[in-house]
Amino acid sequence: MKDFLMGNQILAYAALNAGAKAMFGYPITPSCEILETWAVLCSKDKNLSLLQTEDEMAAGFGTIGSCLAGVPAFTATAGPGNVLMQDAFSMAEALRIPTVAMIMQRGGLSTSTVIYSQEEVRLTCFGGNGEGFRVVYSTSNLQELYDYTLKAFKVAWKYRWPTFILADGYQAKMKGEIEIGKKNGDLNNKAILKKGVNLRNCYNLEEEIGEVIVNYENDYQKNRAEIEEAETYKLEDAKIALLAHGIVGSAAKIAVDKLREKGLKIGLFRPITLRPFPVIEAAKTLDKVEKIFVIESALGQLSSLFKDELYDLSIPLVEINKPGVGFTPSEIVGIINEQ
Amino acid sequence: MNNNQPRFPECFKKDSKPHKFCPGCGHPLVLKALGQVIDEMGISEKTVFMVDIGCSLLAWDFFDIPTTQTHHGRTIPTAVGFKKVKKDKIVIAYVGDGGAYAIGLQHTITSCLRNDPITTIVVNNTVYAMTGGQLAPTTTDNEITTTTPEGKKEFATLKGPEMLKEIANKEAYLARGSSFKPLVLKQYLKKAIETQIKGNFSLVEAVSACPTNWKTNAQETIERVNELEKIFTQGEIKND
Repeated sequence: MKDFLMGNQILAYAALNAGAKAMFGYPITPSCEILETWAVLCSKDKNLSLLQTEDEMAAGFGTIGSCLAGVPAFTATAGPGNVLMQDAFSMAEALRIPTVAMIMQRGGLSTSTVIYSQEEVRLTCFGGNGEGFRVVYSTSNLQELYDYTLKAFKVAWKYRWPTFILADGYQAKMKGEIEIGKKNGDLNNKAILKKGVNLRNCYNLEEEIGEVIVNYENDYQKNRAEIEEAETYKLEDAKIALLAHGIVGSAAKIAVDKLREKGLKIGLFRPITLRPFPVIEAAKTLDKVEKIFVIESALGQLSSLFKDELYDLSIPLVEINKPGVGFTPSEIVGIINEQ
Repeated sequence: MNNNQPRFPECFKKDSKPHKFCPGCGHPLVLKALGQVIDEMGISEKTVFMVDIGCSLLAWDFFDIPTTQTHHGRTIPTAVGFKKVKKDKIVIAYVGDGGAYAIGLQHTITSCLRNDPITTIVVNNTVYAMTGGQLAPTTTDNEITTTTPEGKKEFATLKGPEMLKEIANKEAYLARGSSFKPLVLKQYLKKAIETQIKGNFSLVEAVSACPTNWKTNAQETIERVNELEKIFTQGEIKND
């Protein structure tokens, strides 16, 4: 049976069925219904807990506290809240704490709009003073909000990297029919802060922290093949590839069908994990195309991830950027037709 | 074995001693008092210890009990998050006056307001010691710090427990002792932990010494602590 739900409600139900037991959050548009729906779930099940914290730092560190105790926990935020939470996420990276955070991108720079953008890609992937040892899922529709939240908790507790669901105000606020029955099995969550454990993220010597970072990087590179995910659509014979993520990826997918109707050999590469970027799949599926159009609601945040990871790909690349503004499929069709 | 010998508390982590604090620092005195209280209450198996940034972080491996260092000012929310899902644990947040009353003040206030069942220990030496002795909210009138070279004049001195008293739950416990009067401090720490066990918020401030940044010799350090014990009222600020 399918339910008719708003994106933010879906995320709260997904967290529950993923195995989360606690949420720490501070209200910010457009993510508030995640907190509100979790509050309703807590009122029905006394094994769940919620703390509406005094600010986003407390929400991030409260989530860390619960994870240290071995209890899966999450938070949700957007925009300036995401900026403040980087304090906690950088510690989660440093101590390998499996926090899960749902980021509903609103406009950026600064306070900006409460509506939509893709301006939090860099922040969510690399917001700490470190190397971005994180897993970031960019969802493109309501069903993916649910499915990737389930996956996010599994991946967070399996590999112990802070994990993110990166969506946006459109996905947060839209309503639709989705399947929410599926549940995670045991997350294998154990107490991290336990007898015999003393943790720190402060070091005396350059070499000490250097060694920590190198070890983390080795782990991250070892894990990435199992974590990386992408959707490829009609790329088999494509001469042109669209590269888009999140809800822009959904619009681009419709555009691909419309452009194919006119005989254009076009396909879509949609990275689902922005960190780690799906390099294996990208190298495999994009090596025969003659041109790539990167389409995003930001000024090159996705394209810089792509170029950074696949610098030896010598295919011409055109960037189509509308910072802070959404795309419709027909708009993408029009842009490609003009080129 | 000679039972009269001063003994390390059992919950001390022996292989991390000697400790990392400067000679004359008040921290090890507070930590020793806390260690004795943990031993006497028999709670080392149930206790989780969290330390802030600043000199308090040097206690990250001080005890043989689960300990984590957090970020500056973020020890209280981390402790709250842990306690929220593990109600049977005794969670202690160990912070300096900067962490409790400046960068983390909103957490201190809100945690007290919510009556979170955690214990916060604030070690107050009136300066930011780890970074070289800058102005803190607790810096006293005319005190010279590296960022108030002509003496601090502009505003009042923050008195944490007195401020919190206005918003504290009637079952909460607030006290201020001194690192130089460890036997009295122990009583406050014990009551604070008992308050947490009963499900209420507790905070104990300990006036401390920082001869490194104060640039005081032993005698001057003792004199300054005596002065501070007058400025920062000693005793149970709230215990009803």
